[in-house]
Amino acid sequence: MTGSVPQGPGSDADTDPVMRGVAATAPAYPAPAGIPVSPDPAAISVRNVTRDYRRPRTSVLRASEPVRALRGVSFEVAQGERFGIVGESGCGKSTLLRIISGLDHATTGSVHIEGTDLTGRRDRQLRFLRTRLQLVFQDPMSSLDPRMRVHDIVAEPLVAQGRGPSRERVGELLEAVGLQAAAADRYPHQFSGGQRQRISIARALAPRPNILVADEPVSALDVSVRAQVLNLIADLVDELDLTLVFVSHDLSVVRHVCDRVAVMHEGEIVEMGPVADVYDDPQHPYTRQLIAAIPTLSKALSGTTAADLTRETSP
Amino acid sequence: MSAAGTRARGRGRGDAGDVLVVQGLDVTVREQMLVEDVTFTVRSGERVGLIGESGSGKSLTALALMGLLPEGLTATGSVRVDGVRHDLVGADERAMSRVRGRDIAMVFQEPMTALNPTMRVGDQVAEAMLIHRTRPNRKAAHSAAVELLEQVGLPDPPDTARAYPHQLSGGQRQRVVLALALANDPALLVCDEPTTALDVTVQAFVLDLIVQGVLDRRAAMVFITHDLAVVATVCERVMVMYGGRIVEAGPVQAVFTRPRHRYTQGLLGASDLAVVDDRGRLATIPGSVPAAGRFPAGCVFRNRCAHATALCETRPPWTATGNDAGFACHHPADAADAAPTSASEGRQR
Repeated sequence: MTGSVPQGPGSDADTDPVMRGVAATAPAYPAPAGIPVSPDPAAISVRNVTRDYRRPRTSVLRASEPVRALRGVSFEVAQGERFGIVGESGCGKSTLLRIISGLDHATTGSVHIEGTDLTGRRDRQLRFLRTRLQLVFQDPMSSLDPRMRVHDIVAEPLVAQGRGPSRERVGELLEAVGLQAAAADRYPHQFSGGQRQRISIARALAPRPNILVADEPVSALDVSVRAQVLNLIADLVDELDLTLVFVSHDLSVVRHVCDRVAVMHEGEIVEMGPVADVYDDPQHPYTRQLIAAIPTLSKALSGTTAADLTRETSP
Repeated sequence: MSAAGTRARGRGRGDAGDVLVVQGLDVTVREQMLVEDVTFTVRSGERVGLIGESGSGKSLTALALMGLLPEGLTATGSVRVDGVRHDLVGADERAMSRVRGRDIAMVFQEPMTALNPTMRVGDQVAEAMLIHRTRPNRKAAHSAAVELLEQVGLPDPPDTARAYPHQLSGGQRQRVVLALALANDPALLVCDEPTTALDVTVQAFVLDLIVQGVLDRRAAMVFITHDLAVVATVCERVMVMYGGRIVEAGPVQAVFTRPRHRYTQGLLGASDLAVVDDRGRLATIPGSVPAAGRFPAGCVFRNRCAHATALCETRPPWTATGNDAGFACHHPADAADAAPTSASEGRQR
């Protein structure tokens, strides 16, 4: 348990999420800080990030209300930690992920990756980020270019960074994710969903990142393949000492994969803590509802019906 | 008030209360067998799950039941539904269009593609009743539609009835699709992954509505999904499909706690995130589901099975273990064996 959760200056006591076991020790950060001088900075540090999207005008007289996708999100992920983000569609988890990955900018607040501030940097100045942080997406079909051979897909991050692609490195990566080096000459459509997700993971690992961000990486996979890919991610995170940010709508998958989890709802983190605590003893009503709604085999076999899932069962 | 009871019975097939009787159903494309020898019966008020991974043939089975197979695919065998005088296999489109939406209805995975984007949702639900003439006129159909929208828990039903599909959320659209399916009190409801595209909290509500809708009408249900937990929550009986065949069937409790087929056993092991080995890794089934037509001869699971022997090159016979229960495996897991999955709440780590 390493996360020191910054309580931003503007944070309101009653709307504060449940921050288990950290509130007492959390140092109050000074207002929007510059680059921290800490010798061993957190892998990811997010402070009071908000993101508003503008909507098209519906009236000539006034601008439309903006969509407040993120409403002041703060958390830290320590080096080597496995951090889960859970929430339903529209809760802001994908927006948060895009901001952490430098694909979008926060409206206010700051994001530091390994101590470097992303705030106000242009795309060109974010190149360093691509060597440190890489992404795996949900749909392995749409995230791989169907016209590129697997070799070119996996080598692309290296080419983009001006490092020559080497045949050996690609072979090595493919073997690391459980594919044969010969797969390099084939096209994505020749692989199954699980294998495509392995290719996607190989591509993410190509620039030797320290941080792996996975956005619903197993949601599109079959049960038997899901277990294989989850095991692969766990193996790679162990072997390569990666920091993992794992986003999912499925709290039970996050519980298996992660050490700590943040539950998001309507653009805010409503609860955060070690997975076992959040899962076994949820504090926030939304978390309770979310956990109660997940159908599980053991619950079903002990007589839980569909009607029971809709009832928020307090522990 | 049994919907089935008020209708004329089919030509005396099966016992009283049989709503759906499927016998030796095959689906083929050219020489390839996609669904092979599927046989099962669903009775009035019964909720039966059909589970399997993608490519196992479960959706094709559903489409064959509805007479909705894509061009080029042919079904053979027999599908009889209570209240319909002819066999659904080989029935022409005119006959099937009288059956679909009245005797059997279907809820699909993607509610956006199942609804007409250019029509108000109330009109769509009313249309289902007008086409089958189950309501005397437009006005009666419309008020019945509003009532149905209320039954599926949509807010402000008269107002929602005037909405177009794009104005509704995914969960609301799926509720509309369910209202549509239930409009004519079908004897059989076929659900194909109805909640896969929904958030968990929305899924819980939609599952509850489906079960309620089926119970209220004493209809029979075939529920197709890849999610074992959903099937265990919603159904009483389950059939496990792999490689186009039903490899195991039985009551949910029995199949999920004491699986006999090695595939069922593997599937349960892989889906249980609470049981891990000493390195914290999940149990897996090696390899992946082969493409259609690439399944091995004999036992379809033998190329991924740790227990496979030369015997498995011959097709395993169906071993019945009870009414509607059985498995097709040469080396079944011992019936006395504890399941690989623990049904206990405790997390073993």
